[in-house]
Amino acid sequence: MRTVYAIHGGIHPPEEKHLSHPGKVLDAGLPSELILPLSQHIGAPAEPIVNVGDKVKGGQLLAESQGAVSAAVHAPTSGTVMAIGMRSVPHPSGLENTCISLVPDGADEWITTRGVEDYRAESPQTLIQHVHDAGISGLGGAGFPTATKLLARDRCAIDTLIINGTECEPYITADDTLMQVAADQIVAGAEIIAHILGASVILYGVEDNKPDALKAMQAAVAAQGDVGDREVMSFPTKYPSGGEKQLIEILTGKQVPSGGLPADVGIVCQNPGTAVAVRDAIIDGKPLTERLVTLTGRALGKPCNYRVRLGTPISHLLALSEFTPGSQQRLIHGGPMMGFALETGAVPVIKTTNCVLAPTHEELPAPPPAQACIRCGLCAEACPASLLPQQLYWYAKARDQEQLEKHNLFDCIECGACSWVCPSTIPLVQYYRAAKSTIVEARQDKQRAERSQARFEARQERVEREAKEREAKRAARKLAAQKKAESADAEDPVQAAIARAKARKESVVKSEDVG
Amino acid sequence: MGFLRITSPHGHGPLSTSKVMQTVLLATLPGVIAMTWFFGPGTLLNILFGGIVALGLEYCVMAVRKRDPLFYLRDFSVLVTSTLLCIALPPYAPWWLIVVGVASAVLLGKHVFGGLGYNPFNPAMVGYVVLLISFPLQMSTWASPRGLADVPGISDALTALFANSQYDAVTMATPLDLMRQNTGLLVEDLYRQKAQFGQFAGVGWEWVNIGFLAGGLWLLYQRVFTWHAPVAMLAAMGLCAAAGFDGGSSESGGSALFHWLSGATMFGAFFIITDPVSSAVSNRGRIIFGALIGILTYIIRVTGNYPDAVAFAVLILNFAAPLIDQYTQPATYGHNRRDE
Ligand code: SF4
Ligand code: SF4
Repeated sequence: MRTVYAIHGGIHPPEEKHLSHPGKVLDAGLPSELILPLSQHIGAPAEPIVNVGDKVKGGQLLAESQGAVSAAVHAPTSGTVMAIGMRSVPHPSGLENTCISLVPDGADEWITTRGVEDYRAESPQTLIQHVHDAGISGLGGAGFPTATKLLARDRCAIDTLIINGTECEPYITADDTLMQVAADQIVAGAEIIAHILGASVILYGVEDNKPDALKAMQAAVAAQGDVGDREVMSFPTKYPSGGEKQLIEILTGKQVPSGGLPADVGIVCQNPGTAVAVRDAIIDGKPLTERLVTLTGRALGKPCNYRVRLGTPISHLLALSEFTPGSQQRLIHGGPMMGFALETGAVPVIKTTNCVLAPTHEELPAPPPAQACIRCGLCAEACPASLLPQQLYWYAKARDQEQLEKHNLFDCIECGACSWVCPSTIPLVQYYRAAKSTIVEARQDKQRAERSQARFEARQERVEREAKEREAKRAARKLAAQKKAESADAEDPVQAAIARAKARKESVVKSEDVG
Repeated sequence: MGFLRITSPHGHGPLSTSKVMQTVLLATLPGVIAMTWFFGPGTLLNILFGGIVALGLEYCVMAVRKRDPLFYLRDFSVLVTSTLLCIALPPYAPWWLIVVGVASAVLLGKHVFGGLGYNPFNPAMVGYVVLLISFPLQMSTWASPRGLADVPGISDALTALFANSQYDAVTMATPLDLMRQNTGLLVEDLYRQKAQFGQFAGVGWEWVNIGFLAGGLWLLYQRVFTWHAPVAMLAAMGLCAAAGFDGGSSESGGSALFHWLSGATMFGAFFIITDPVSSAVSNRGRIIFGALIGILTYIIRVTGNYPDAVAFAVLILNFAAPLIDQYTQPATYGHNRRDE
């Protein structure tokens, strides 16, 4: 039994997990259209390899990944490619992105896939390639392509794999449910990932508000027998314990250095859903085409967890779960703490869609207007990164970038705990997001300016040097002319002409050097 | 369909600034009741009158600054300022003293700096010190406690407040004065001979302090502030008193218990130095902030010439708070690698 470490800060918002009946899964069925964004993750968008009008089968590759930080897109069912064009996608900015529109034919025919026989006999590189080909990106958090994360093994020695079953955001129960219904697959996936990474330890982190998931995971781990250092660890519920950095500290007592990655301390974290996807890719050769999504909130008549094909429009899910919009209705992609508001239900479920929250106005009222900061320090007590949010707020308002960086603005994980506790309802995180992007822009501007400054200086130098050289040549010519005048009689005109030609040639060579 | 677009987080905790301020007001009750019992209704009247003045002033200032005055009045902060100031004022003060005090607190203490949250000094203590320097006589006349004299009634109190003549309540030197001025008596004899001394400290004063302590503990329980500053102040003051107790000789500065339960100690520890705006920010900073106030208060009490020292100590440390902050910035996650 390992010790569980305490982390600084954190809050206890109402959990509201019971609402979506964790442990129960409904099938979302086939919508009339699937919308598959080519960019569902951090990094370069995938490149379509099908044309409008093509008939495709389930599991067929639709778009190839581009470069290392990219993930492929596969068909979640059989049907016809109807369009490739701009559509609304789930994104905080509300922007559009290129999507493949697939109309299912209802037959749900699949290509035949085959996994590897014995993954232990395969090299990590081959297995990573399989994960990459299956289009897997993190199913929680930022949706970083999983294959890229696994490549950390080439850079650092990884000793520990952490499966993050914390799910500390209120309302969401997708991982909780997955752990209850698919603990064996999670464990199998985790073993494959650990094998790829060369990690000897696997830690499963589960918050103590999920007793059923905890039991299921413990049973699945125990069922494996003795395969090495494996432990399912439970720890007190607190938001945001599931932040990657926070969980690492809770389970191991280590802190990821500022600006670094977990791999720097020999750790890689994966979400349970990602583990299952890796298992499916390696054992069955199946690409990632579906996931569990929590539909919850009191504006829904039938909140539950749904097994959803990627690309399913959220409006389809809302209809299934009997959504009745009220006045000032909000629709949130993700949880109440870090999720973002959607403008429309016409956006698809993507690989990172763990929850769609439709609260009533009474349930999550819009914040009242902000009052003055009374420097009560509640925000600092709540901050899991041990920042001083109230100071960051002052400096953000004053646009004091130097102090912002000195107070480690960039270590803020935007968890929203500070905003949640602030008695003056100041939208603190909003200030930090804005300040971060301003600083990043300023840095880029500075780099650009420095580059053009360097170019300018180089040019200036060249111009000056050339001017000096011309000056020197003029002086030399003058001198030569004088000498010539003096020795005009004595000198042989032929010799003089040769000397002049030589001098010209030399000067040409010189100026080529410079150019 | 268009849905409401708000950035995360989408929920909010139960605390609001207005609620915090109301809780603080409520927590002054035990102390104020004790004051009213021992010194009569003077303090209560101060608080009511001062509150009306403060609300009026805040309304005018906000109207002049072209903000919605009612929105700002709703945060209750100006009532907290005026209430704390009025508790610190001597009961039966004339109306103009209160007006000048509240005006100094609200205008000089707060709005000059840009309003709530921007004030480097504790506004109530700014008001108090302005009065102490301008009207030392009125500020150092304190009524005698019940048991040593008749406690004035409500009509006496109203006369004192509004009649132009100075109300001549029976006044007495406070126990803190006696302790400071004492030259010939052992502490033990001081307690025995001077009627102003009660069981632990001064008659009445000890209960007033216990009242504020009770209110403060309740606020701690409500998590309105953290324990750091109050505990540090009381501990530092206790240590100083223990060091200067001198076995209770005639040179003695008084025991720790005496200092804890005298003057504005508990009121200061739980209601003044916990003002978040003008104190240090981090918990470590607040320990230093509180401890220094405790030490300074003790030193000014035993060597200075003022009725009490908490106000001065607080203002001096308000000055130092930004410096303390600079040296006590907590270590951010990932900047102090424990595992090395
Ligand atoms: S919680 Fe809000 S009011 Fe309190 S210090 Fe932080 S920002 Fe200021
Ligand atoms: S959002 Fe940033 S500053 Fe606020 S509590 Fe989270 S990490 Fe701290």
